Amino acid sequence: MNPPVATTFFFYLLAAIMLIGGVFVITRKNAVHSALALIATLLAQAGIYLMLYAPFVAGVQIILYAGGIMVLFLFVIMLISIERSLKERMLNRQWVVGGLAALALGALFISVYVKGKNLFPTPKVPVFETNNTQTVGNLLYGQYMFPFEIASLLLLVAIIGAVVMAKKRI
Amino acid sequence: MGALLQYIQSYLSSDKTPGAAGNFFWATVYILLVFLGLSVAVIAMNWLERKILAHMQVRLGPMRVGPHGLLQPIADAIKLLLKEDIMPAEADGLVFWTAPLIVVLAAFTVFVVVPFGPAHAITDMNIGILFMLGVSSLSVLGIVMAGWASNSHYPLMGALRSSAQMVSYEVAMGLAVVSVIIMTSLNDQGTGTLSMIGIVQSQMAQGEWFVFKFFPLGLIGFAIFAIAMVAETNRAPFDLPEAESELTAGFHTEYSGFRWSLFFLAEYSAMIAVSSIAVTLWLGGWLRPFPNWLHGATWDLIFSLVPGITFLLLGAITFFNVVRMPKHPLFKIQTIGLAGFGAVLGLIGLLLFLPPVRDRVGDIFWFSAKVAGFMYLYIWYRGTFPRYRFDQLMKVGWKVLLPTGLGLLILTAGVGMRTEIWKAIQGATQR
Amino acid sequence: MDALTHISILHYIVLAAALFILGVVGVLTRRNVVVILMSIELILNAVNLNLVAFSRYWQAMHGPPALHGQVFAIFVITDAAAEAAVGLGILIAFFRNKETVNMDEVNLMKW
Repeated sequence: MNPPVATTFFFYLLAAIMLIGGVFVITRKNAVHSALALIATLLAQAGIYLMLYAPFVAGVQIILYAGGIMVLFLFVIMLISIERSLKERMLNRQWVVGGLAALALGALFISVYVKGKNLFPTPKVPVFETNNTQTVGNLLYGQYMFPFEIASLLLLVAIIGAVVMAKKRI
Repeated sequence: MGALLQYIQSYLSSDKTPGAAGNFFWATVYILLVFLGLSVAVIAMNWLERKILAHMQVRLGPMRVGPHGLLQPIADAIKLLLKEDIMPAEADGLVFWTAPLIVVLAAFTVFVVVPFGPAHAITDMNIGILFMLGVSSLSVLGIVMAGWASNSHYPLMGALRSSAQMVSYEVAMGLAVVSVIIMTSLNDQGTGTLSMIGIVQSQMAQGEWFVFKFFPLGLIGFAIFAIAMVAETNRAPFDLPEAESELTAGFHTEYSGFRWSLFFLAEYSAMIAVSSIAVTLWLGGWLRPFPNWLHGATWDLIFSLVPGITFLLLGAITFFNVVRMPKHPLFKIQTIGLAGFGAVLGLIGLLLFLPPVRDRVGDIFWFSAKVAGFMYLYIWYRGTFPRYRFDQLMKVGWKVLLPTGLGLLILTAGVGMRTEIWKAIQGATQR
Repeated sequence: MDALTHISILHYIVLAAALFILGVVGVLTRRNVVVILMSIELILNAVNLNLVAFSRYWQAMHGPPALHGQVFAIFVITDAAAEAAVGLGILIAFFRNKETVNMDEVNLMKW
């Protein structure tokens, strides 16, 4: 097996796409532009999953997030007219407080990571594996059977909830 | 030169995909070959669709540019490239500009994992089929972007219809695919595979195509996929996003010139992509007919001659039409051109008889032949079925295909585990 | 320079934290409900990134079959799908009643 190619470069590239996309999500006035930036972020994250040797999660990320959830978002954005919201102000009244609180949280994270960076020793050997999907499947249907069933119940509730909410007359 | 030839030969005799061998040079070569082949296939499809549709409707179709209109696609391409590229004044520039790119990228990226043969794929992924479904589902994003960015009513309606339709049919499609993945797990290890090459190999190991597996369960899964894939690619009778009688041209109404041709390219290569999923999953991929039953050196030789014979036959048909060309001085160039085309087909046929070529291209031929069958089906659908109404489309997707797919999934799992279930029942009754 | 050329687990965690903060800022400051829902997706993705990164770390310590983080990432994606469906359903019902998608106009309890 060959060693991975230019891992560092790809990590910084994908991380940059993710962060720039994330910034665009919260700063664009037009919701469609936000959604497209979010799609870029999600796809870059799928790439990061591949770098972490999690191909199955990457595939699920592309199918479910980029191909499913984001299409739903775009669909809803097109249903509601966005012309009016383009003329209104973008931020709510407590945006200063909100921003400060988020920055405080960020400062907390930074202090934790600076203080505790020795807690994460780097893994010695990268684990190459060819049967990631099979292993995830075994865990999902073996050890995590009960959470899996709960998740299916959650999805059922979500379907019913969405229909009840969105349908004019049931 | 000799070293280069030897290198090429040594590579050609290996049975690994370039991705698995980690060979960048051959991976690039394969990517270029697939791209070239795909472009040729799209051009051929363009001509064939117009011709076949015309003959179904008792017309002649394109006849003017080249003999029997053979040069019509090239003329169309030149016309599209020379056309003015218009962007609506109120359009959202960046989104309008990137939408066709996304559609084309999604349609072409899918071919990274399509297995044209055991060694003829760009690469083989552990999550092959998941990758294909995921990337092909990204093309809906491009369509939605195109429809929204045009800032016009028909494209917006087309995009709304398209997103609703593709998301609904993806569910049924996924269920049909999962039933196949359950079938691949019926081996000694008890683990299935998502890799495209692995799926075909397990069909070989189990001795039957998955269409015929657990008759009629495999057939039902195939039927669900075959319906859903027509809806996924926005083709007739599910072509509501671009229904010309209702929405002018749907999501690409405002596109012209080169960008429109990108949408065109993407539509046809997406058709080829979903057809190759269907072929890989249900129709045995690159396997020739009866690889287990009619095996042995003689049968291998006979089946390896089929590609050459097919091309010779096509050349013969072309020469038959050369003879039927009008004997008028005006048609002289056209007759010579058609004869030249026939000669090229015949030469390809002769080339395919050479033993080293014969051994290498057999699997590619069978794969392409099966995909070509699907392409004909697409044209046939378009010539035969009237367009669905949107509520009918949704009803078919959610109330027919989805429950059938769910039932199929449970039944496939049950039949696959029948010995275990039977043992469990026996154990329970004996106790 | 060594910290830049070698990608350790800390890199992934810092990236996830940055994404999380971006999501939190979006939720706390924006008015448009659609953008708020998208910011929530950002937050969920940051969590997912952490889970998968930890899964890789755990795997390097304990051998290949230990993929619990990835399994949980899949559960989180399922949750995100359910959340998006219900959230957007509520949004459509809200838009139908009040003709707006602004968060600070969701004040029916003040009647």
